[in-house]
Amino acid sequence: MAVSESYISKLTAPVAQSGQCLLFLFRMISSIRFNASQLRAVLQQTYLIGARSLVIIMICGFFVGMVLSLQAINALEQFGASDQVSLLVVKSLFRELGPVLTALLFAGRAGTSVTAEIGLMKATNQIEAMELMAIDPIQVIALPRFLAGLISLPLLTAMFNALAILGSIVFAIGVMDMDSGIFWSKLQNGIYFYKDFIGGIWKSLVFGGLVSLIAVYFGYTAKPTGAGVGTATTNTVVLSSVLILVFDFIMTSFFT
Amino acid sequence: MEQAKPNTTAIRVRNLVFRRGRKTILDGVSMDIQQGSIVAFMGPSGVGKTTILRLISGQLKPDAGTIEVNGQMISAMSDRELHHFRRNIGVLLQDGALFTDLTVFENIATPLREHTDLPEPLLRRLVMSKLSAVGLGGIEDRMPHELSGGMARRVAFARAIVLDPRIMLYDEPMTGLDPIAVSTIRTLMRETNDALGLTSIVVTHNVDQMSKLVDYCYIIASAKIAGEGPPEELNSSTEPSVYQFMNGKMEGPIPFHYQTPGTQWGLLD
Ligand SMILES: Nc1ncnc2c1ncn2[C@@H]1O[C@H](COP(=O)(O)OP(=O)(O)OP(=O)(O)O)[C@@H](O)[C@H]1O
Ligand SMILES: [Mg+2]
Repeated sequence: MAVSESYISKLTAPVAQSGQCLLFLFRMISSIRFNASQLRAVLQQTYLIGARSLVIIMICGFFVGMVLSLQAINALEQFGASDQVSLLVVKSLFRELGPVLTALLFAGRAGTSVTAEIGLMKATNQIEAMELMAIDPIQVIALPRFLAGLISLPLLTAMFNALAILGSIVFAIGVMDMDSGIFWSKLQNGIYFYKDFIGGIWKSLVFGGLVSLIAVYFGYTAKPTGAGVGTATTNTVVLSSVLILVFDFIMTSFFT
Repeated sequence: MEQAKPNTTAIRVRNLVFRRGRKTILDGVSMDIQQGSIVAFMGPSGVGKTTILRLISGQLKPDAGTIEVNGQMISAMSDRELHHFRRNIGVLLQDGALFTDLTVFENIATPLREHTDLPEPLLRRLVMSKLSAVGLGGIEDRMPHELSGGMARRVAFARAIVLDPRIMLYDEPMTGLDPIAVSTIRTLMRETNDALGLTSIVVTHNVDQMSKLVDYCYIIASAKIAGEGPPEELNSSTEPSVYQFMNGKMEGPIPFHYQTPGTQWGLLD
C-alpha cells in the first residue's frame, strides 16, 4: 500500500509542479504595473542577463555558421550543387538552429545565474525580509528577470543568426572562394522573411518565456541551503534543455 | 516601570498552538503585550521564540488560537490584508538579511522607495540620520559583504526602523555585538520605542541586557510560558524553571537536549 502510494505521488508530482509553476507565472503576470520603477528594473535585468550573454552567443554563432557551411559544401559538392550552400545554411539557421542553439546557450548562461541568484537570496533570508517589508518579491525580483529573459532571447537569436551568416560568408566566400553574387542571390530568392526569419524568432520568444519561467521558478522554490541552490541550478539547465527540444518539435510540427 | 498610563493591549495572544509535523512547538500560549512597552521573549534555543515572532508577523499561521494586533486578527488575514498590515511592523531578522546586491544606503532606502514618494534629498537625509543613529555614519556606499557581522546587524536595524513602524520585532538584536554596540542598540531601541510610542518585542538570550531594557519578560520553555513578569520580579523569582533559566542552572525542570552534558548553558554570553 505504502509502496504504491509513493509511486503514485512520484507520478503526480511533476503534474503538481507544473500547476504550481503556471500559478507562479500567473502571479508574476498579475503583478505587472507599467510604472517607472518596474520599467527600470526590467531594463537593468535585460542588460544583466541579455547583454552579458551577447559575447558567448556571438562567438558560438560565428563558429556554427562556419561549420555549417563546411558540412554543407562537402555534402552539396557530391551533387554538384555547392552553389546552394547559402540557402541550406541560412534556412536551417533561421528555422531551427538559431532559435534552438541560442536558447540552449541562454539556459546555460543566463538561466543558471538567475536560479542561483534567487536561490541564494532565499537562502540568506532576503526574500523573507522583503515580504516583511511589505514588498512583493515576485513583483520586484521574479517578474523583471522573467520579462528580461522574454525580451532578450529573440534579440540574441537574431544576433546569433547574423553572426552565423557572417561565419558562413567567411568560410564559403573567404576560404572556399565561392562567388559572392551567387551566395546572396540564392538567399534573396529562397529565404522568406515571415516564414523563415519571423517563424524562428517566434519560436525563440516561446523559448525565452520557457527558460526564464523555469529559471525564476526553480530559484524561488529552491531549498534554502547550499545544496538546494545547487540542485535547483542543475534542474534549470536540464529541464530547460529538454523542454526546449520538446517544444521545438511540437511547434515545428504544428505551425509549418 | 509598568505602564500605569492608558494600558491598552497592543498584541493579544490567546491559546496559541503551533505544530511542525508531529512536534508541538507552542502549546496554549497566551499573552497581553501593552501598547508602548518593550517585551522580551526568553527561553532555551529551539524552543520557538522565532516561531512566535513569525506567527505575529503573519508568516506562519497558528494551528489553533488567535493573535490580535491593535485589534486586527492576524491569524485570519488574507494575503492582501497581511501586506497592508506589514507596513506597520518592523522586523529585524536573526541574521539581518541585508540585500547583498545593494549598497548600505540603498538597503535602508528600499522600504522608503517602495512605500513613500519622498523626494530624493529628503530620502537621503532620512537614511543618513538613521545610519548615524546606529553609529555608522559614513559607510553608506559600502556593500554588505564589506561590513562586519555587528555592523551588518546595525544596518539591518536602521532599515527596520526607517519607516517608523508601530510595532517592532527584534530577533536577537544584540548577539555577537561588542559591549559598546550592545549599549548603542539597547539605548536606540528604548529611545525609538518611547519617542514613537511603539510596542517592541525582543528575543534575546542575554539576561543582563534584558533586565536593563525591557518592561516585561516572558520565559518560554517546553512549548509553554514558564514564567512572566517585569525583570526585577523574575530575577528574584523562586519558581523553579524561572530560577533555573535566569541563573543559568543546568539542573531544573527545563530539559536541555541539544548539548552534550558537561558543557555550559551558553545562554548568558
Ligand atoms: N522550517 C522549519 N521546519 C521544521 N522545523 C522547524 C523549522 N523552523 C524551525 N523549526 C523547529 O521549530 C522549533 C522552534 O524553532 P525557533 O526557530 O522558533 O527556535 P528559537 O527559540 O528561535 O531558537 P534560537 O534561540 O536558537 O533562535 C525548533 O525545534 C526547530 O527545530
Ligand atoms: Mg531564533
